[in-house]
Amino acid sequence: MVITLIVVSVCVFVAFSLIPGDPATRKLGTEATAEQVAALRAQMGLDAPLHVRYLTWITSFVKGDFGISYQTGDAVRSLLAKRIPVTFFLALIAFCMTVVIAIPVGILTAKYENSWPDRIVTVLNQIIMSVPPFFSGILLSTLFGLILRWFTPGAYVSYDTSFRAFLGYMLLPAFCVALPKAAMTIKLLRSSMIEEAGRDYTRTAYSRGNTIDGVMYGHILKNAMIPVVTFLGMALADLLAGSIVIEQLFSIPGISRTLITSISNRDYPVVMAVIMGIAATIVTVNLIVDLVYRAIDPRVSL
Amino acid sequence: MLRILDYIKKNQSPFFRIGLLLTLVITCAVLISLFYMPYSPTAMDRASRSLGISLRHPMGTDNFGRDIFCRVLYGTRVTLLIALGTVAIGTTAGILIGALCGYFGGLLDEIVMRINDALFAFPSILLALVFVSLMGTGNLQLVLSLGIAFIPSFSRIVRGEFLRARSMDYVLNARLQGASHLRIMFVHILPNIRGVLLSSVMIGFNNAVLAEAGLSFLGIGTQPPFDSLGQMLSDARINIMSEPRYMLGPGIVLILLVLGFSLLGEGLRTKT
Repeated sequence: MVITLIVVSVCVFVAFSLIPGDPATRKLGTEATAEQVAALRAQMGLDAPLHVRYLTWITSFVKGDFGISYQTGDAVRSLLAKRIPVTFFLALIAFCMTVVIAIPVGILTAKYENSWPDRIVTVLNQIIMSVPPFFSGILLSTLFGLILRWFTPGAYVSYDTSFRAFLGYMLLPAFCVALPKAAMTIKLLRSSMIEEAGRDYTRTAYSRGNTIDGVMYGHILKNAMIPVVTFLGMALADLLAGSIVIEQLFSIPGISRTLITSISNRDYPVVMAVIMGIAATIVTVNLIVDLVYRAIDPRVSL
Repeated sequence: MLRILDYIKKNQSPFFRIGLLLTLVITCAVLISLFYMPYSPTAMDRASRSLGISLRHPMGTDNFGRDIFCRVLYGTRVTLLIALGTVAIGTTAGILIGALCGYFGGLLDEIVMRINDALFAFPSILLALVFVSLMGTGNLQLVLSLGIAFIPSFSRIVRGEFLRARSMDYVLNARLQGASHLRIMFVHILPNIRGVLLSSVMIGFNNAVLAEAGLSFLGIGTQPPFDSLGQMLSDARINIMSEPRYMLGPGIVLILLVLGFSLLGEGLRTKT
């Protein structure tokens, strides 16, 4: 886990150091003299060799100092501190929605395999998975915002002003992020349950006189959830990616929007900090998934 | 060719059939548009601004007087090209890396797969975004970024397959006959894993189309005049209330395109 993070940090650092264009020159403009540039380079620590710069960067990073934004001159840390909760809640709500929608629907479609509702859900699933998230976002925000008027697009309320209004605003964006993930989860859970239902242990469970529901929830579901948990763990990383587009669409000031603006402004300290933050989140989530795994599948710890 | 036809006849899965139909119709339309396009997709015409749906303009015209149907055809072409480029880069590099790592194993495998895992953890649209920020915007850069972003997932799949094939009897047999490593990797193993490869290429293709649409929406997609479907969609967003028609054409075609490929991939996988 730590190794992965070190690899990412080296890749990120080297990649962003190799980009043509010198931050000191950019900061001073083209009219600066060579001495001025050299002085600023020394001040920013850019004249040191690559590995020294990496070590300085990574040690201060671990200590919580993420550097200073080229664009605003503020500390990256304070810049991101306000935005992290926004993306966190967006991802959290979206994740909860995915689970709440997908698991019951997945179970029901597997239980009533090949019935009409099951077929409709299967077809809908395929279609939902083919829609780019921003397109469904546009359609849903038009439907709820401009036609039904349940939702005001662009009327974002910060979470420190009113947490309830903030959550209310986040529901629709989170739904847009969750929708494709939910479709994939339903599909996976359904096929996984149908597969488990054909196993020998299921037949044994029935022959011992268990009820259909008892076998369904006590035996099949437990085993069918294993691949789903892996998928949901990976989906959490994807929810972050989905939030990039959705934050832009609903003008939510979260991490991903900062990433986009910093990329277009070439504000590399911010970009690097965001990437490292996302990498750390993903690695942590993977660790949690491994632990959950151990809890639901005793075979793993053997 | 005959074998393909035979396969189509045998594969009765409705998913596969619908997928094949959708893909064929869209590909044919794009191929025809290479030779015959009723209106230029870029020529603006003041006289025919914002016309409704008619026989002359099956999807109407946009606010610059451009025929939307032709623009959609052109956009599909651009989208397909970008997706093809992406998949080509992703699979070629992915197969090379995956084959070398999976077949030889050892320290090389350990190091490359560490890096690969680190990259794999990132969602591909995010990776592409990072590469675009490194290389700048542009059509070539876009294809390159998307292509590189897809390498980790491909090489992971290929590596797993090679690792499994390495100790199989037919590989050992070829080895005993004195075949070189390269020959075993690309003449013996590669054709045997084509089923897995094909379905991951399909998935990769879809992801490329969706990722490109996402990037276009973020403003770092294709550059004019090469408007992809995703680009058209995000351009049409401004007029969504007054002219929802602008969005419908590209939107539906994009969805059908992705749907077609995913059904095709699904059908291929369930059959093999």
